[in-house]
Amino acid sequence: MREHTTDKSARQTARQTGGVDAYGVQPGVPFQDLSRWATKAPEGEQLISTAYGDKVQKDLAFVEHKPGVHKPDPILVADNVTRRFGGITAVDVDHFEIERHGITALIGPNGAGKTTFFNLMTGFDTPNTGRWTFDGQDMAHMKPERVARMGMVRTFQLTKVMSRLTVLDNMLLGAPVQPGEGMFRSLVPPLWRKQEKANIEKAEALLERFLLIKKKDDYAGSLSGGQRKLLEMARALMRDPKLVMLDEPMAGVNPALKQSLLDHIVSLREEGTTVLFVEHDINMVRHIADWVTVMAEGRIVAEGQPKSVMDDPAVVDAYLGAHADIDLGDDSVLEMTESEEA
Amino acid sequence: MDFVTIISNALGELIAPTTAAYALAAIGLNIHFGMTGLMNMGQAGFMLLGAYGFAISQSMGANLFASVCCALALAVIYALLLGIPTLKLGPDYLAMVTLAAAEIVRIVGRSTAMTDVTGGSAGISPQDFTTQFESASPLPDGATTFLLWTYSNNIANSWWVRIVGWVLVAIAALLCWRWFHSPWGRVLKGIREDENAVRSLGKKVTVYKMQSLILGGVFGALAGILFVLPRSVQPDSLGRQVTFYTWTLLLLGGAATVLGPILGSCVLWVLLTFVKEVMRNTVPETFISSNQVEALGWVIVGVALMCLVIFRPQGLLGDRKELAFHA
Repeated sequence: MREHTTDKSARQTARQTGGVDAYGVQPGVPFQDLSRWATKAPEGEQLISTAYGDKVQKDLAFVEHKPGVHKPDPILVADNVTRRFGGITAVDVDHFEIERHGITALIGPNGAGKTTFFNLMTGFDTPNTGRWTFDGQDMAHMKPERVARMGMVRTFQLTKVMSRLTVLDNMLLGAPVQPGEGMFRSLVPPLWRKQEKANIEKAEALLERFLLIKKKDDYAGSLSGGQRKLLEMARALMRDPKLVMLDEPMAGVNPALKQSLLDHIVSLREEGTTVLFVEHDINMVRHIADWVTVMAEGRIVAEGQPKSVMDDPAVVDAYLGAHADIDLGDDSVLEMTESEEA
Repeated sequence: MDFVTIISNALGELIAPTTAAYALAAIGLNIHFGMTGLMNMGQAGFMLLGAYGFAISQSMGANLFASVCCALALAVIYALLLGIPTLKLGPDYLAMVTLAAAEIVRIVGRSTAMTDVTGGSAGISPQDFTTQFESASPLPDGATTFLLWTYSNNIANSWWVRIVGWVLVAIAALLCWRWFHSPWGRVLKGIREDENAVRSLGKKVTVYKMQSLILGGVFGALAGILFVLPRSVQPDSLGRQVTFYTWTLLLLGGAATVLGPILGSCVLWVLLTFVKEVMRNTVPETFISSNQVEALGWVIVGVALMCLVIFRPQGLLGDRKELAFHA
């Protein structure tokens, strides 16, 4: 724990001086040299630093495994968030925190309210009650575009690419700074050419990393489902988000691409980004997540390290039903449960 | 049968002020629909407001510049009034609201209660609002023959209106080309494709849509001024059908292209005049009367357009590849 506090102060001084911190990572300027990294590390060699990952794992090792637990360094803190659709309560979260620089997985059976929770956090839906802060700033009732500007960028479960724009144009739409996006300024190219060039460079670096560089002049509508997922993710990274929220990043992606996507997600964290993702693929969750939060029927039913949370009875209940281990063909079981209920 | 007359009349439409006015209106509609995906079914409303703004302020004695500004200001206010309640809704709602609003403008304009301002259904006659425009012409008085066409230099349906009209169209096309290939245009195209995706990337979608609605409406108002200069302001001549012609020629030329609206306007009006002239000159009056020729001309052009939409849905200049990814 002492190490942790020194880490924090080191980072703070780095922030104040605007320099490089103890890990050699410049905070607040992620992704600048993504292109320099190989997609996969050669055998026995680690190209990607694991500084943030190690720190998060050390921090989370002390955190209790119970729903709504407090974490050492949360970036997103949500309280008492509810969303009702008529009589159905889709989301009812009492307390939820996301660890900074962590990779948090949000899992749960279909209809558990994961996507609705995403929509609420990013301003695409309005909650009935609740408030949440992101990086210390109150985010409730904020419009989606402002949420994105604050550094919380999401992707969609049903991929949203602009079909009749080229892949490169899709990427450039994600660029955070472009003075040429004003109606009158756009008429004077000298005002935005330089920024455009810088944006294109950044976009091409990201496209290279996501194996889409050959497609950059094709219409995004011509991409396969998996490539669209990649494009959407790359586009979200154009904004240099502090927290990126991925809604089922692996759905429809072929297994060969999956491995490289996993590498991207891990490398994101080492650039200082926090990752929250929804996923059904338990193997993937076990492989890269530092922390798993399980939702069922709108509530958070369990939290913990990926290795142990799967054994939590609440999780088994959520996925398989409360009577999963009971043989319903056996009459004696029926009598037993009746006597339990009575 | 006189082929030279037929050809010169048909080709006369190529440079007619009305053709220029429709091209300008379609350029505005192209900003709405081709770039941003806004279904504006009331471009005639913008045109009529522009025409009224110009003609009424002229008849009150304002100078030319002030009158044009007045027309544009009316279009901006109208776009704001339309956009604030509807831009957050889906595209179908905007289509309904714009269609209804254009009708409201027309019906209010022709109502008897407004006769002393708008002239009611009789409208505003040209001598009330075109004198300043005509006297601003640098051309000498009289008429000039150029190639096949003879028009007066300054009066009514003149060379002066043609020059001003096509210069305006050229400027509008140039501006549009700049906007189409700028980051601003890219954001609009992004909104056309998927506005929630653009929103998730931190762009203020409603502001962009409003800018687009206003800008296209301003071009519509200019088109309205150009439309009434060689004739008079009559609310019924800028009704629903004008909106539909504008849509037709935009789709004919190719939406989301810079020159599509201009080419579409030229092709449509030349074709229509040619078909009518040929029928007038070849079919005997006893078989098809001149009234019927008028209607039949539209029928034939309509069938030709249907064929075009079926066999070349991207329009004359559009990119077929883009259509492959529609919806």
